[in-house]
Amino acid sequence: MAIGESRPDPSSARLIRVARFNSPRVRIAVDGRTIEANAGESVLAAMLRAGREIGKAEAGGQGRAGFCLMGACQDCWVWLANGGRIRACTTAAADGMEIVTGAPAGFPRNA
Amino acid sequence: MPEVVIVGAGPAGLSAASVLVEHGLRPVVIDEAKRPGGQAYRAPAAGLDLPMDALLGSESRKYRRLHARFAAIAGQLDHWPETLAWNVQEGKVFTVSRSGIEALAYDALILAPGAVDRLMPVKGWTLPGVYTLGGAQVLLKDQGCLIGRRIAFGGSSPLLYLAALQCRMMGAEVVAVLDTTPFSHKIGAAPKLLASPRTLARGLAYLAKLRSRGIPVRHGVRSLEIAGAEGVEGVTYREASGEIRTLACDAVALGFGLRPEFQLAELAGSALRYDATFRQWFPVCDIDGRLAKGLYTAGDGSAIGGADAAELSGALAAYAVLEDNGASVPQAKLRSLRRRLRRLRRFQEGLASAFAWPHAWLGETQDDVIVCRCEGVTAGEVRRIARAEFGGSEINRMKALSRLGMGRCQGRFCALAAAELSAAALGRPHADFGRLRGQAPVKPLPMSARLEP
Repeated sequence: MAIGESRPDPSSARLIRVARFNSPRVRIAVDGRTIEANAGESVLAAMLRAGREIGKAEAGGQGRAGFCLMGACQDCWVWLANGGRIRACTTAAADGMEIVTGAPAGFPRNA
Repeated sequence: MPEVVIVGAGPAGLSAASVLVEHGLRPVVIDEAKRPGGQAYRAPAAGLDLPMDALLGSESRKYRRLHARFAAIAGQLDHWPETLAWNVQEGKVFTVSRSGIEALAYDALILAPGAVDRLMPVKGWTLPGVYTLGGAQVLLKDQGCLIGRRIAFGGSSPLLYLAALQCRMMGAEVVAVLDTTPFSHKIGAAPKLLASPRTLARGLAYLAKLRSRGIPVRHGVRSLEIAGAEGVEGVTYREASGEIRTLACDAVALGFGLRPEFQLAELAGSALRYDATFRQWFPVCDIDGRLAKGLYTAGDGSAIGGADAAELSGALAAYAVLEDNGASVPQAKLRSLRRRLRRLRRFQEGLASAFAWPHAWLGETQDDVIVCRCEGVTAGEVRRIARAEFGGSEINRMKALSRLGMGRCQGRFCALAAAELSAAALGRPHADFGRLRGQAPVKPLPMSARLEP
């Protein structure tokens, strides 16, 4: 397994990593797209180093990108392809994790 | 020997654990985080190469001491990391972790859950790229990430200065520190702030460093708004002089002081009191943190005091447990701990007026501003319901009628502001609107979690 820095932040990233991460690289999928992360990196950081948001607000549908980053606001829950849910700011990225930013098909939604 | 459970592994919880271990007890320490340290002394993720000494400056010695203290006693306590304590009932703490739900019986429970940022709803605060001030610091210390490239810091908190400096040190462009409290408030609070001259000197040093790096620091800022379509594009504010200014940025950190996480204390039966200086609610306890029989609290979850006060109050809570269980405790040491704690609490009262949260803003919040970010409830709806016949005459009725506070954060970030907003709309005192009653689970549980018989 490769050790060291996962790929640099694309210019479209929301979060910017400014310290070296010397841990094995892992791959997670977000809506089917593969993202590289470091073991120990939070799912939220991995998603936002590769993009602008982590999903849409349940009420109103506005984009959301986490808020309190310490497990209090519950704004960053994302779905797993297997139907489970994780809080992205306090869950470490694990190899093979499959994240979906919208509710899985058939799940009841608010407007 | 009594079974002692501690919730929280920040400076308060670890300090309590350390005193108990010294006296031959083996406490259980439940903590949501993977690694101990809490928020102030959050340690970087494994493998992350961060210059913690530089980031924490004068506080790095305390950071290292706390972590060393934990390492030294790690074998003499039961640390339950990544575990949420979600209810306290009938002498049991209910927890959930990857291994499922457990009910843990205790003889004494020390609640040291810490605090979260208090937030003022301003236009645009729900946009991607707006984070809590504490969140911006946690992201840096835990993940080595900045919330953006060009960051504005706004609110009423002494931590604005530290956080801005830390982000600048790690390469962010800090477009401004927009402090909503006038400088004159800080001068006015000086007598209380002198209760801890060292802490005051540290704050002034942060300010001087920001200035020497050319970072604009504005005091008495009003009408803060965040602009952007899909995410943060800038901040607009009114200078103390009245001039309206706009700054381009891609991230904003907002903090208006701290709010204690007292939900578990409330569920365990603690009384709560309204504090007019802080304009919020705190658990009712004595200086040692006694809430009720067998129930104790320490740290920012009991009274806003900062990391140093958290360490002192954690030790006091542990001594209270020992004393209440018949152990002899060093009275002279207790007196000294209490004296130091009172001094730091006086300092925090000074900070609460020097950095008073601008509650009067909520009298003028525009109707379309979202107050409850989980359920999308606006200031206009809150006002309409507050004024309605049989309307939201207190915050729990407001919740029932508007869905405010009914979302996943359970009112952590909206309830104080919503009560201020309603009070302002009706011309009544803030305290009249009460507080949201705590409900278990205090945070969401997975549907798959269940208590094994």
